[in-house]
Amino acid sequence: MTDTPPSDTPKRRFRLTRRRMILGSGLVGGALVVGYTAMNPMQVGGALLTAGGPDFDPGPFGPYIRIDADGGVAIVNPQQEMGQGIHAALAAMIAEELDADWDTVRVVDARVNFAAYGPQMTAGSHAVAYHWDKLRKTGAAARSMFVDAAALRWQVPRRLITVQNGVVSHPQSNRSASFAELLTDAARHAPPREPVLKRPEEFRLIGTDRVRRKDCGPKSTGRQVYTQDIQRPDMLVAMVAHSPRFGGMLKRFDDRDARRIKGVVDVFAIETGVAVLAQDTLAARRGRDALRIEWDDSAAERRSSPELTAWYRDIAVGRAVIDATSFETRGDIEQPQTGDRFETTIDFPYLAHAPMEPLDCVAQVRGWDVDIWSGSHLATLDQVQAALTARTIPGRVKLHVLPAGGSFGRRGLMSCDYLVECVRIARRTGHRPVKLMWTREDEMTGGYYRPMVHHQASIVLGADGLPSDWRHRIVAQRLIPVGDNPQNSEGVAGSPYFAAANTLDCRIASPELPVSVSFWRSVGHSHTAMAMEHIVDQLARRARRDPAEYRRALYQKAGATGRLRVLEALCTRAGWGKPLEDGWARGMALHDCFGTIVGQVAEVRLDSGRLVVRRVVAVVDCGIAVSPDQVAAQMEGGIGFGLSAALHGAITLKDGVVQEDNFDSYAPVRMDEMPLVETHILPSTRPPTGMGEPGVPPIAPAVANALFALTGTPTRSLPFGRQA
Amino acid sequence: MTHSLFVNGRLHSVDTDGDAPLLWVLRDHLRLTGTKYGCGKAQCGACTVHADGQPVRSCSLSLADAATSRIETIEGAAGPEAEALTAAWVARGVPQCGFCQSGQLMSALALLRANSAPTDADIDAAMSGNLCRCATYNRIRAGIHDAAAALGDRS
Ligand code: FES
Ligand code: FES
Repeated sequence: MTDTPPSDTPKRRFRLTRRRMILGSGLVGGALVVGYTAMNPMQVGGALLTAGGPDFDPGPFGPYIRIDADGGVAIVNPQQEMGQGIHAALAAMIAEELDADWDTVRVVDARVNFAAYGPQMTAGSHAVAYHWDKLRKTGAAARSMFVDAAALRWQVPRRLITVQNGVVSHPQSNRSASFAELLTDAARHAPPREPVLKRPEEFRLIGTDRVRRKDCGPKSTGRQVYTQDIQRPDMLVAMVAHSPRFGGMLKRFDDRDARRIKGVVDVFAIETGVAVLAQDTLAARRGRDALRIEWDDSAAERRSSPELTAWYRDIAVGRAVIDATSFETRGDIEQPQTGDRFETTIDFPYLAHAPMEPLDCVAQVRGWDVDIWSGSHLATLDQVQAALTARTIPGRVKLHVLPAGGSFGRRGLMSCDYLVECVRIARRTGHRPVKLMWTREDEMTGGYYRPMVHHQASIVLGADGLPSDWRHRIVAQRLIPVGDNPQNSEGVAGSPYFAAANTLDCRIASPELPVSVSFWRSVGHSHTAMAMEHIVDQLARRARRDPAEYRRALYQKAGATGRLRVLEALCTRAGWGKPLEDGWARGMALHDCFGTIVGQVAEVRLDSGRLVVRRVVAVVDCGIAVSPDQVAAQMEGGIGFGLSAALHGAITLKDGVVQEDNFDSYAPVRMDEMPLVETHILPSTRPPTGMGEPGVPPIAPAVANALFALTGTPTRSLPFGRQA
Repeated sequence: MTHSLFVNGRLHSVDTDGDAPLLWVLRDHLRLTGTKYGCGKAQCGACTVHADGQPVRSCSLSLADAATSRIETIEGAAGPEAEALTAAWVARGVPQCGFCQSGQLMSALALLRANSAPTDADIDAAMSGNLCRCATYNRIRAGIHDAAAALGDRS
């Protein structure tokens, strides 16, 4: 896909009436707003509103649809493509209502433009849900304009006109015309105020296997251009030496050797370390290696992971005191627990995102004007941050959003760390463009991790075997600097497993330390699903009940009908309860997040101590599955990603220094470890919900529960087989 | 120092030192950016190219060593196996972010050229040096089988 400017059709007919609505809805609620507020509300708010430039012309069919003179339909994707296939799902929504010829529809990426697209933020698996009505209405409005044009031209009633595959017809008179033939006329009609949408049963495209990604061609021939591949005239390559410890500050550096390296152009200190500018990547790397740097570690984190884990455990039991907030309270929590108490803890490590494309960004600063090439998924925020860094206004920042070689949240930071770093460097190159390259080591040791987490639970079962008294403590750093850390209690908060509890006391404590943390694919659910789903299997065993049957009882009590439906399908599809070969066991987990419910059953064996997962059966309820193929792809990807973390993933500190810095020490699953994945999508007429993240959370507990079934030993820390 | 390097059927002359990893010569000097940097230490396979038909990690092969071989990159990948693989990749919808796929395809290409009907075990062995953080492994495996079948039908 290319970055194509919006249509140059001269007329401006499509009024951007939804702009206010976007402002009203897109910026309220949710974490992103809190992030804005935390920075500087006036400055950021004002800057945002001027973003995008005043000269944007949406064209006759609005900012999302461009139809060429030859009838070719291009759909503008306002969201960022990082592998999740969002471009195809969004385009299909428009193409469905427009009745365009899907096979020839092209998708182009939008340039960042607040006036046209509102805040462009791709996060929280929200894109499909957020755009569902909006984009379909856009498509339906354009379709209606073609129908108007045909009705007028043929002098027939609108209702007798049909549209299919980009052809408008009046069957009674056997007349038909293509979009191309009607284009000029259609563009003269005004879009209807309230376009009529299809009922789900009328869909011809949505929900079919025809909705496939449109970017497989360039991505299967090496032709897809990523930020890493950008070349600009006169461009320099930059690398930055960062403090090896979080919170370390630059004391002094000696760049004499670095400057002697052939190709090194300049060396200077910036806020985040020492930047080396060179003619090419290798020279930048060699120049950086030749730096001699002294760091001031007086404010740096010097502890090692075991000390942090011990501290977190102390916090959970009150031996170390930091403020905690309650997120679930029921009954008399001052009363000590009585009866047969089940207690457990589980520790989670820091996790790096390790997208296949290490972090990179290209920036050129020319006075007020800034050009950025980046795989940004919080594009609007990145635009604002770039402007603040370059001391200009967002309207002067042209952000060319490129597909990212993965992100998993790393390219979606509030502080846009690597982009800001790149702009800082680009301010000092005399207008020359700069490509900032982080090495794999930079990325893995550079922080913004999924936080370390400790869960501690103490639960009493009632006479019916269901939890009657549940006390739960979570210890995890905040993902954003303010608030009660809701991102790390999501998945425990509101759990259906609390349905039978008279007493409920859940609290979260948020320690502060210099190690930076952030959003990691599925965010808090990446640990809360493991905690809750593994606890439930242990409770079921205590109550001498089958894990599926035990869940069913709790879901019934909670009125969790969505979960019940997934559970029933999962049991059937996975053959729950049917015998397996010797040495194999099944484990189940079910979780809902971002509006999507996923259940997974893993088949697991211990092969002389090595954990083998051969097959995962997954059932998903994501509302209407716009692209079943991509739902399955995200399920496969989510399972591989979650399994990588569960089997091998840990970022650990020794004297404050990160020990894992490349794929040898931080190992994702490889082909020989990848289980078969079978995805079953539940039929639904509910509006679609996201799929980029919900496949991740259930896999770790599904495997843990299978192991528990095999060995009788619960998992107390991840990754499996490792002592926290 | 100037080295001659034979890439995709053409002789290039490259002015840099012999220790330079082939990866950066391809990307920064010859502007063949289909070959990706992912780890720099032969762990991920994103930089896989062929040297005399063998898949190698270009991040860990020096220019001096590469200069004695015929190098083939994703840009030069051609022939029935390459076409069958690309077609299978598109039909299966293999790529997600796509960043690893040049390397995956170059490993798969070497496999198919050497073994027209690979088993799952052959595929595991040939492909386990190529990481995919998007975990497209099952589709890669299926794609290789599809391509092998398509080639079998043709011959
Ligand atoms: S970049 Fe060469 S193997 Fe990873
Ligand atoms: S497709 Fe993203 S890393 Fe393989």
